[in-house]
Amino acid sequence: MANFYTDNPSLKHHLNHPLMRKIVELRERNFTEAEKFDYAPANFDDAMDNYEKVLEIVGDICGNKIAENAEAVDHQGASCANGHAYYADATVENLDVCRKAGIMGMAMPRRFGGLNFPITPYIMAADIVSRADTGFENLWGLQDCAETLYEFGTEEQCQRYIPRVCQGETMSMDLTEPDAGSDLQSVMLKATQKEDGTWVLNGVKRFITNGDSDIHLVLARSEEGTKDGRGLSMFIYDKRNGGVTVRRIENKMGIKGSPTCELVYKNAPAELCGSRRMGLIKYVMALMNGARLGIAAQSVGVSELAYREAYQYAVERRQFGKAIIEFPAVAEILAIMKGKLDASRSLLYECSRFVDMYKLYSDISRERALTADERAEMKHYSKLADALTPLAKGLGSEYCNQNAYDCIQIHGGSGFMKDYACERIYRDARITSIYEGTTQLQVVAAIRHVTTGTYNSLLSTYAEAGYPAELAPMAETLAALTEKYNAAVAKVAEANNPALLDFMARRLVEMAGYIIMSYLLLQDAKVDSSFLNSATVYVNYTRAEVEKHAEFIANFNASQLAAYGI
Amino acid sequence: MSLNIIVLAKQVPDTRNVGKDAMKEDGTINRAALPAIFNPEDLNALEQALRLKETHPGSKVTMLTMGLPRAAEVVREAIYRGADAGIVLTDRALGGADTLATSYSLAQAVKKFGNYDIILGGRQAIDGDTAQVGPQIAEKLGIPQVTYAEEIVDLKDGKVTVRRRLEHGVETVVAPLPCVVTVNGSAAECRPRNAKRVMKYKYAASTSEVKNLSEVAAARVAAYPELNIPEWSAAYVDADPEQIGLAGSPTKVKAIENVVFTAKESRCLENNDQQIEELIKELIVNHTIG
Repeated sequence: MANFYTDNPSLKHHLNHPLMRKIVELRERNFTEAEKFDYAPANFDDAMDNYEKVLEIVGDICGNKIAENAEAVDHQGASCANGHAYYADATVENLDVCRKAGIMGMAMPRRFGGLNFPITPYIMAADIVSRADTGFENLWGLQDCAETLYEFGTEEQCQRYIPRVCQGETMSMDLTEPDAGSDLQSVMLKATQKEDGTWVLNGVKRFITNGDSDIHLVLARSEEGTKDGRGLSMFIYDKRNGGVTVRRIENKMGIKGSPTCELVYKNAPAELCGSRRMGLIKYVMALMNGARLGIAAQSVGVSELAYREAYQYAVERRQFGKAIIEFPAVAEILAIMKGKLDASRSLLYECSRFVDMYKLYSDISRERALTADERAEMKHYSKLADALTPLAKGLGSEYCNQNAYDCIQIHGGSGFMKDYACERIYRDARITSIYEGTTQLQVVAAIRHVTTGTYNSLLSTYAEAGYPAELAPMAETLAALTEKYNAAVAKVAEANNPALLDFMARRLVEMAGYIIMSYLLLQDAKVDSSFLNSATVYVNYTRAEVEKHAEFIANFNASQLAAYGI
Repeated sequence: MSLNIIVLAKQVPDTRNVGKDAMKEDGTINRAALPAIFNPEDLNALEQALRLKETHPGSKVTMLTMGLPRAAEVVREAIYRGADAGIVLTDRALGGADTLATSYSLAQAVKKFGNYDIILGGRQAIDGDTAQVGPQIAEKLGIPQVTYAEEIVDLKDGKVTVRRRLEHGVETVVAPLPCVVTVNGSAAECRPRNAKRVMKYKYAASTSEVKNLSEVAAARVAAYPELNIPEWSAAYVDADPEQIGLAGSPTKVKAIENVVFTAKESRCLENNDQQIEELIKELIVNHTIG
């Protein structure tokens, strides 16, 4: 009876972070809902107990059902017929179990039938689900589209749609088109307002994850004659109304259980969500930020699975008379995998807590005016969330790919065969650093926090946190690395050359990310010594990587850009 | 048509992880040494009950269990998964019961419960493996029984259609209601706990547990009467003291033997008919096969 929550103590460690008290109090509005809803908590401990109990359910379903089904789902895959996408049989089972367990709409308010969880325990569930079946995490995780509906839809729209999501109907976000991938400003799908004021959609969308979902959020051009993002609005399309068919689904390398659809809209009735022209610049940005955090969680789940598979194999596989884990070359790979796993998970939850903080204040501001202090706090956390989300997504997804690669390496020749889970993990991992914005686009989103100093001030906060004697040498190392990072930032800034900044952006963002994750691991080790090994390994890794980038930047001459084709 | 469904469940020691101290010297189970779990096939029975509730809106599923006061745990587990309520039949006088006394006691509880349409239970419990309690309850209540059920195919017009899993195939039978159906482990697995139900019912407490609740839990139980899990005594179900517990149990355990299966030495056969035939004869003689 595997349980993917209880067998992984690091999850409970992150759930019990001190900032959770504030988050829970805000989310529960000081526990005023206990009178209205029989499943609302009465106090902080009661709420935390609820999160744990629900995560245990998620861990149970994932360990005993979804993970067991993952291979069958991968083999059968999704299919397309008669204008619709169909899930693999085991995917249908998985969704049914999730519905019965009531873990859809986890972060939605109770008045719409949700569990009213903060983002952090919801993201933890995503982490667990992804470890069980990465592709299934997409279908289950698209419930966070409801968050966007909640934030920008009218109360009446929320009442009509969100309870359906909480009951288990699935969602999709229809953004990408053949000529609008990373560049969403080029979206062409046409929204036309009829004389009675209602809207219809016409055109084509491509690469739509779970594109045959029950409720779609659609980005479409509502302003005729416009060509940029300001002519785009967001619409809700309800599958019950018809008008959208699935022309084909993609034959993908991985996450084969998650249908990726090409959609044809023919006079599909839709309703406007929010204000016209705000589709891309406001709503899709919010949607993407939520989705990126989701992919960060998905990545950590894959890293976890890759590490566990590799570790298990290394313990069992014997060569030259001993388990291969006893060979330093193998042990080191595993230690680094674990270090990256723990580092990316710490960053994920630091980020999710920041998201929680600003979103909760933003939600409360719909009910009452915030005080000046609250407004300042909201702004503070909003900025930090904005700074950490691209790091968590970008670096976390790169790490899960590296861990999937190393997982195969540990398996040796067997890992190259279809017999072990690691080849599936390798294929499933690959998309994480591509969709919801490639790693390169995460760098674009992150670089301004390098240049404006957000990362540096966060690093100062971490440095001042105080570390016990056994961690002090590592903290000193990180302080020294922070100086090197700042020197590199200063050198690039002084050149005042946009091309050079673009060229160095990845390195600068990585330097900041590595040091941030190292500090987070030190903080983890401060309260739980089981993180000490990962902290040690990862700080060493950080030092080598930061020095490498620092060297490169210090010795680089802008005249060499031409050699790179820039 | 809405139904009144009773599900019988037993809290059992997890015999899948048996250690040396699993038995006491008197031949009874050392419950302290084994974790207590929801008898697996009773979970299959619960799933069938919950499916009936889905197809017959307005139905009520009540979990009935007999055991120590801590058997309230299986009632909570059933409620987390969708049962509406539960009863713990618990009394020192019921202790040491064999299947005859157990079925009598449970039948008395069912009579006390009154109006019911169908009683579901697991085929057998993993501690005793007798498969007797369900059928004996049906006998004592004077109602039909269907054993080895794999799926309740249909229930209407006062009749239930059940597919049974037998040794060499399946059989579909129709029985009039009310009746007892015991469910096989090959039936659909039970659905998981439901998040909202866990958050609501985690404070559900039996009559004896209510005395030791935290402040928050006590307040919750006071506010929501459905969080009370009643405990029924032998006297409450009008049980004859002579027919319950040890007094009502003709079964006496004579001896307990700790059998440990160990692998013996392997033997190599030549690849010819004669040696294979000799082996088959030997296996038939020592009752390994045949």
